[in-house]
Amino acid sequence: MNRLLKNREILLTVIIAVMIAGFSTRAQGFAAPGNLANIFNDTSILIILALGQMTVILTKSIDLSVAANLAFTGMAVAMTNAAYPDLPLALLIVMAIGIGAFLGAINGYLVWALRIPPIVVTLGTLTIYRGMAFVLSGGGWVNAHQMGPTFLNVPRMPVLGLPILSWIAILIVLGAWFVLTRLPFGRAAYASGGNPTAAIYAGIDIGWTKFLAFVVSGALAGLSGYLWVSRYAVAYVDIAAGFELDTVAACVIGGISIAGGIGSVGGAVLGALFLGVIKNALPVIGISPFAQMAISGIVIVLAVVFNARAERKAGRIILRDRGAKEVSA
Amino acid sequence: MNGVTKIQDRSPQPAPTTEAMPILEMRGISQIFPGVKALDGVSIKLYPGQVTALIGENGAGKSTLVKILTGIYRPNEGEILIDGVPTTFTSAQAAIDAGVTAIHQETVLFDELSVAENIFLGHAPRTRFGTIDWRRINSGAKALMLQLESEIDPTIRLRDLSIAQRHLVAIARALSVEARIVIMDEPTAALSRKEIDDLFRIVEGLKRQGKAILFISHKFDEVYEIAENFVVFRDGRAVGQGRLKQTPQDEIVRLMVGRDVKDVFPKVEVRIGAPVFRVENYCHPTEFRDISFELRRGEILGLYGLIGAGRSELCQSLFGVTRPSSGRLVLEGKSLDIRSSGDAIRAGIVYVPEERGRHGLALPMPIFQNMSLPSLGKTSRSGFLKAANELALARKYAERLDLRAAALSVPVGTLSGGNQQKVVIGKWLATQPKVIVLDEPTKGIDIGSKAAVHAFIGELAAEGLSIIMVSSELPEILGMSDRVMVMREGLAAGIFEREALSAEALVRAATGNQ
Repeated sequence: MNRLLKNREILLTVIIAVMIAGFSTRAQGFAAPGNLANIFNDTSILIILALGQMTVILTKSIDLSVAANLAFTGMAVAMTNAAYPDLPLALLIVMAIGIGAFLGAINGYLVWALRIPPIVVTLGTLTIYRGMAFVLSGGGWVNAHQMGPTFLNVPRMPVLGLPILSWIAILIVLGAWFVLTRLPFGRAAYASGGNPTAAIYAGIDIGWTKFLAFVVSGALAGLSGYLWVSRYAVAYVDIAAGFELDTVAACVIGGISIAGGIGSVGGAVLGALFLGVIKNALPVIGISPFAQMAISGIVIVLAVVFNARAERKAGRIILRDRGAKEVSA
Repeated sequence: MNGVTKIQDRSPQPAPTTEAMPILEMRGISQIFPGVKALDGVSIKLYPGQVTALIGENGAGKSTLVKILTGIYRPNEGEILIDGVPTTFTSAQAAIDAGVTAIHQETVLFDELSVAENIFLGHAPRTRFGTIDWRRINSGAKALMLQLESEIDPTIRLRDLSIAQRHLVAIARALSVEARIVIMDEPTAALSRKEIDDLFRIVEGLKRQGKAILFISHKFDEVYEIAENFVVFRDGRAVGQGRLKQTPQDEIVRLMVGRDVKDVFPKVEVRIGAPVFRVENYCHPTEFRDISFELRRGEILGLYGLIGAGRSELCQSLFGVTRPSSGRLVLEGKSLDIRSSGDAIRAGIVYVPEERGRHGLALPMPIFQNMSLPSLGKTSRSGFLKAANELALARKYAERLDLRAAALSVPVGTLSGGNQQKVVIGKWLATQPKVIVLDEPTKGIDIGSKAAVHAFIGELAAEGLSIIMVSSELPEILGMSDRVMVMREGLAAGIFEREALSAEALVRAATGNQ
């Protein structure tokens, strides 16, 4: 399976490269380094959110509240910035991460302590967090002129040829890779999803692991809240509406198993980039937004089919095992 | 052991002399799974209006036979004849169409559907327009229930019924397909004495209707009460069959267990040391009560009992997966407070679970990560995982256990059953436990791997580890254990020293047959 996963990443890289080459024949300069850097920068927020989503999915859960979390946190920091322009940006970012982590902790707590299925919990909090954003803002907008210049400009500032937003995404990718492969928490996440019962027997607290995964996802959603508001220079209740599905799609395309326990950081990043390239390319070559959604959808279904085929191989071994077990039952 | 070997492998008695022709006959049925021959040339006959009891240890092949008869497995060899006509069951539906129906141990019904819907699921009467005919469903269900002397309202939901009532619904379902051959797989396991009497009245009724019944049970008193014929299974073969009336109980017990075990499981002689681990008056709200025993250094304590006797549940609570309601654990003179499996691992008690796939391994994860999972505290340095340490640990135990794998980084799911079991055992040994609980350590693995696992268990005992070995296989228990505790219905039915061990004594204690 490991080799297959690597294949998956190589395969995705090849597909993305072919797509870029194909689009560049239709749209001059699509493959130019500058444009590619742009696409990466455009996709940065999706990458960050997809990594949080991936952590949650690894534990056999799902976080549908990330986009709502992002909207609330984004609104909160934008309003704070508008009301107190003198607060340092670092403080606002810490605040965004903190609020996001807290909202994630609420999800995690409900899943952990009350044992409510994650899809139900986060479907509920998705509405609640969006509603909180409305209550907080009274339905109003925070526009660019109300935000401070530092607040707006830092993520766009180029460093070594890339905007800071892109660098943040790169840092998060490295951080996620480190956490998931080098910390016991990461191993616990894989084990909790790969076989929850075996994980319990090995002394892993699955509930706590899920809780932490939701906190990670929430914190990244909070960070993305600031990045989103600053990038689009506006905050309102409906920002990033439906974006949670993009994060799930990025994970699925990247080979993260919805059943938990399987997936890599590289896969999630490539899944997000794949969506990013499509989203950027289709308008360039003149395809209508509605067709774009349909195309994204088809790609997701294809990815799921592909995943199912890859996983069936492992399934066959389990079945054989079960056959043998019946013997002595 | 005397008396056992003499009887073994006696040829089947001639079929019961009856005027009737069998409704169903199985001839030379064999079922082979990778590495295991579950059934080996089994022949049985079922007669109309008679109950045939199917008797055998856990793992003798009874469930496999039921699965063949209900069309779930297709046998590799042999034929099935219905009314003398050879038939193959290509699907579960084909078996039902042929008139075979099974009432399972745990009834497979739907809690949220009504009694009538449960009875007619899959073959509901239709109206002219092809929609479901509710009137006929409900009246048909009512008629069937009345036939079973039950007044249960067919429109109430199944989840509002007691277990005994659910059983009635399962029987009604079996009758609704006009079955001629009814298989009852341990139907009395969850019933009280009065409910069993009711059930037996129903069975008598079925007999009068000329149905052939295959009755699977561990309980001898019930078997003698209800059945005319018997078949004894051992190791996938029918080792004896005949009329119950002419067969004393002792002979059936001997047929069940008869074989020589000493040669197959050479016991490593180990000097048994001082007591290490003590369990005092351990109780669980539902699964077991008042269990006390002591375990010494280097000792293998066998834990024998029938399925449902509470053995695995006891072991799981020793390991902190479930909490006991009262009782005390003492390890090396210190009282333990085990609240989770993590506590147990730290204290030095580990549990190698029965179901490898479900409890033991994360199949998508590499071998070395599975092996190091409970030992991450030891292999990590200041909170960071160290792959090199994990690999070293895995390599050490893979070598000791003679694990066959292409690399330690391949997913466990790609290994064979025997090798997966070695990963599970290696994973727990790596925690360097003092007490190791092995739950059915050789279940579902091939003979070769079995011998390796047995030899290895002997070595562990020789190194001073204390071992609790749960097994349903008598030869394994008899061959490996220094002492055996038998459990029956959640109670300790007896502790036998090695000198006093005999298959008959264990089976008697386990079945409550004095």
